[in-house]
Amino acid sequence: MSELVINDLHASIETDAGDKEILRGVTLSVESGRTHAVMGPNGSGKSTLAYVIAGHPKYQVTSGSITLDGEDVLAMSVDERARAGLFLAMQYPVEVPGVSVSNFLRTSVTAVKGEAPKLRTWVKEMKEAMADLQMDPAFAERSVNEGFSGGEKKRHEILQLALLRPKFAILDETDSGLDVDALRIVAEGVNRYRESSGAGTLLITHYTRILRYITPDVVHVFVDGRIVESGGADLAEVLETEGYERFITAAQPA
Amino acid sequence: MTIAPPHDLAPRVASFDPDSFGVPTGRELEWRFAPLDVLKPFFSLDPEAGTVTGISTSEFVANVPIESVASTWTPTDLTGALARSGARSAVVIDIPREARVDEPVVVRLEASSSFAYQHVEITAGAFSSARIVIEANTVADISGAIVINVADGAELTLLMVVDGPKEHRLVAHLPATVGRDARFTACTVTLGGRAVRLLPSVHYRSSGGSAELLGVFLAEGEQFFEQRIFVEHEQPHCTSNVIYKGALSGALAHTVWIGDVLVRREAIGTQTYEMNRNLLLSDGPRADSVPNLELETGDVVSAGHASATGRFDDEQLFYLQSRGIPAELARQLVVRGFFADVLGRLGMPAWRDTMMQRISARLGMADEESDDA
Ligand SMILES: Nc1ncnc2c1ncn2[C@@H]1O[C@H](COP(=O)(O)OP(=O)(O)OP(=O)(O)O)[C@@H](O)[C@H]1O
Ligand SMILES: [Mg+2]
Repeated sequence: MSELVINDLHASIETDAGDKEILRGVTLSVESGRTHAVMGPNGSGKSTLAYVIAGHPKYQVTSGSITLDGEDVLAMSVDERARAGLFLAMQYPVEVPGVSVSNFLRTSVTAVKGEAPKLRTWVKEMKEAMADLQMDPAFAERSVNEGFSGGEKKRHEILQLALLRPKFAILDETDSGLDVDALRIVAEGVNRYRESSGAGTLLITHYTRILRYITPDVVHVFVDGRIVESGGADLAEVLETEGYERFITAAQPA
Repeated sequence: MTIAPPHDLAPRVASFDPDSFGVPTGRELEWRFAPLDVLKPFFSLDPEAGTVTGISTSEFVANVPIESVASTWTPTDLTGALARSGARSAVVIDIPREARVDEPVVVRLEASSSFAYQHVEITAGAFSSARIVIEANTVADISGAIVINVADGAELTLLMVVDGPKEHRLVAHLPATVGRDARFTACTVTLGGRAVRLLPSVHYRSSGGSAELLGVFLAEGEQFFEQRIFVEHEQPHCTSNVIYKGALSGALAHTVWIGDVLVRREAIGTQTYEMNRNLLLSDGPRADSVPNLELETGDVVSAGHASATGRFDDEQLFYLQSRGIPAELARQLVVRGFFADVLGRLGMPAWRDTMMQRISARLGMADEESDDA
């Protein structure tokens, strides 16, 4: 049993006009086996939260804490966080020209597991994981994310989830840019991983449609850099019909 | 001696007589980036200089007295003219007419003393097809030329590897003549040496020729690498593609890339593209990159150039690190990836992998397996 605990987290980004605070007191804990959905309007800071958990250097944490089973995540480098069991499926995965998917995956798995997987079993494992996500084996020889469509990038992120087997998965808009079929394939991939690993999941999304495939235990409404309301799966239904307006108004400073 | 009109990209003077060229002062366009103090021994004739021989198991390689070589090339600067008058022997690589040589012809150049003049003369006979690898180890100071003739309908790929210690100097002209419908691909990989100045050039003898000039270089410490490319399209319907990529680290590293492409009035239907990208791996190194494209005719299929020098992409590093890959390894992966497409164009997978391993070794990266394992 593991726990990811975020407490009163404040973070800002440096802009030409000075520091801009984006996270304004986020408090949230996720336990193994549980799935939390974080839903909020554009620009509310959802990706910022995901990046800060992963350790992106462009954000400064000004106060608050993140711990993984009591260990201080904020004190870890980006790669240490991944090796400690955190995984971020990015909203906009980065292209890395000239680095093949197979080389990238094997290097990552080697880094996270601490030893290189045996070549023969590894190739089989990679092929199976790709087949599960209905990815053409030819992707293994292509450069990481280069020229991938939006949907292919998202499948590639979930492929990494399946191979790296983290304790906690943060999925940032994994549903965006997917057509209905691709959404189902990707959601099934996430569900397969959740069920087989018992990992905790933080599912960041703008729309409710992915929640038809992946049922959250808790739904958080995220507005203007903080969680303004939390509830069960039914809270997503409310958002589906009413939108974010009520929460946006409520979040406005008096 | 011939003298070209003043403001065009072509070399102004071509002559075997060293006295036709002044000693560089640093004010000349073609010398303004080079460390003249480091290259000083290359500016006067050294009667004691040694010779360079080609070591190879190939039947197509021979070492002969320089007098027996009828070279098509006339030197275009002082170092070229001095090396030509100082060289006593030549390495001749002769691919016979219509020969199909499957295995790459590998030649290691070896100097007989710490300073040597070199002359290599490569001929790919009509309709032949071959690949040649020249290993130029930087274990002596060497000045000279590698002259390349690609006859009509021939296909030649030349890989030149400059690797070794970081103390020595190399100046090499690489003039190529490309025949009718011939295809020439050259790639220089520059890793070793204190100062390396390479001057590849391409001339077309007839229409339909194509030339691809590729280069990768990795400059560290106080290494100086200069690559001065000159492609002259004087025939119709020829193609040139020039792609150089460099990585630099350390405050004193300095690279220069000059891409001069001249499309003459008669060269209608030309397709030309040139590109140089440099990746700065640390603060401080200097990468000069100057593409010059001069069109005397507008009747071309395409003509383009690009040049960019940038720092490491932090988003790429973040992405790799967020998958558990330590920062140093992530940087090495990105650098290897940066070079991969250029080396991939060679069409020599085994040598591409060998070059990747040498680059990795330079970057301090253990490399048990190739990229496509
Ligand atoms: N480099 C930057 N400079 C200034 N502001 C920035 C920068 N990066 C992000 N922001 C701002 O931070 C806020 C939060 O952005 P973030 O990407 O976290 O939102 P989001 O909730 O993920 O939005 P979306 O639903 O569009 O993905 C936005 O107002 C955005 O404009
Ligand atoms: Mg976002």
